[in-house]
Amino acid sequence: MMESPHSMRRILLPAKNWFIVMTLCAALLLNMIPFGYFLGIPDWIALVLVFWCLHQPLKVGMSAGFILGLLMDVVDASVMGQHALAYVFLAYAAAALSRRVLWFPLWQQALHVLLLCLGGQLIMLIARMLSGADFPGLSWFLSSFTGALLWYPLTYLLLAPQFQPQEKDFHRPI
Amino acid sequence: MSAIGHEPPPFFNRGPAPLVRLLFFVAASITLMVADLRFHTLEWTRLTATNLVWPIQRAAWLPIQAADNIGHYFIRQSDLQAETESLQQERMKAARLLLRQRHLEDENQRLRVLLDMKMRQSTNGQIAEIIYAARDPFSRHVIIDKGLQQGIQAGQVIVDEHGVIGQVIRSFARTAEVSLLTDKRQAIPVQVQRNGLRSVLFGAGNGRMELRFLSADTDVQVGDILVTSGLDGIYLAGLPVAKVTKIDHDNTYFFARITCDPVAGIEHHGLVLVLDSRKPLVLPPIEELSPEKLKHGRKEKR
Repeated sequence: MMESPHSMRRILLPAKNWFIVMTLCAALLLNMIPFGYFLGIPDWIALVLVFWCLHQPLKVGMSAGFILGLLMDVVDASVMGQHALAYVFLAYAAAALSRRVLWFPLWQQALHVLLLCLGGQLIMLIARMLSGADFPGLSWFLSSFTGALLWYPLTYLLLAPQFQPQEKDFHRPI
Repeated sequence: MSAIGHEPPPFFNRGPAPLVRLLFFVAASITLMVADLRFHTLEWTRLTATNLVWPIQRAAWLPIQAADNIGHYFIRQSDLQAETESLQQERMKAARLLLRQRHLEDENQRLRVLLDMKMRQSTNGQIAEIIYAARDPFSRHVIIDKGLQQGIQAGQVIVDEHGVIGQVIRSFARTAEVSLLTDKRQAIPVQVQRNGLRSVLFGAGNGRMELRFLSADTDVQVGDILVTSGLDGIYLAGLPVAKVTKIDHDNTYFFARITCDPVAGIEHHGLVLVLDSRKPLVLPPIEELSPEKLKHGRKEKR
């Protein structure tokens, strides 16, 4: 089952707008759970945003990233614009890669996602270090790795409503 | 709208190019960051946004609270009994000191009246609970469960039973954000309890604090207790803050590197006390400082 959705040769139903909005809100909710300084909690919004920017680049893009980033800044008590900046770059990079990445098997997609998330964190780090904050330690980057590990279940979870029942019809090969 | 890197045919109606949109959003984010960090002009947006997100945030705390409650449920009864016993013993010890303290305070007040000195402000405050540590890994902030509705203002001091924890930096409707003393952007004026040497203590960011700009031959020893000096008009004088743990005399530096550990349980969660904000110091009336008098004073000195 380690196939990419594109090479699975299954025709997916169109994504529903309410489902996209709902998953983004759920990610926001998950990000709000106060884990404190617990390590390796993935940035759910970054993950779900990357997912939709890869799969639906025409529906979810930089404006969604910007708004979600501002909400995250308020919730996180960080500097206004910090998450917004990172998520906008994330959305841009994911949408630019969208035509290519989906043809890779899922574990290779996860590698792409890992690089994207690390890039987003790096942007936040640079922005904050320039403004005089202290270095949070290398363990902070752990959350990107857990996020990449979750790419496989996440893909199936978020694509589940688009799958349609498989009916073998030998007259129509697709 | 067009997908990035794929130009649609020109006869489709499309918005601005992806790169243009990226530049626009990046410019907007950077403007926001500068406005927030340098000019502190976005506090009202933050306040509105937190009010809007409050119900969702409340819902997000539920799993953590549930886990906490389950943890409390499985406590052994013997543990609870032991805890009650130790608390009662502590209370008896504290009561003895308290009785004496009340007497001493009265006496002190009378003496101060006799000496015609300014009254010391008594410390009142309200109890709050630290709900969670803010997720932002770049700073050391915690959120407490009292806010504007309970009259908490930015600038109030947070203490626990051992000493100072930090300062309220933002007050929302029902919560407030506290910057811990170990935060890199936090500084507190202190004096060494042993000899009254005044200095400023800075957060070092990694759960520690440091005394900067004290020359290598200053009289500070390992184990010295630092208390607030009260010179800033924000912290009341005499609250314990930190203990000196390490002094590095490096010849290459002009100053000694003095590392301190906070006295209060700064990185622990629990109940804290939010002290009432300090009454501003009363400056002498302006007539006294009129230039003629100043000149007069100078002449007299000569």
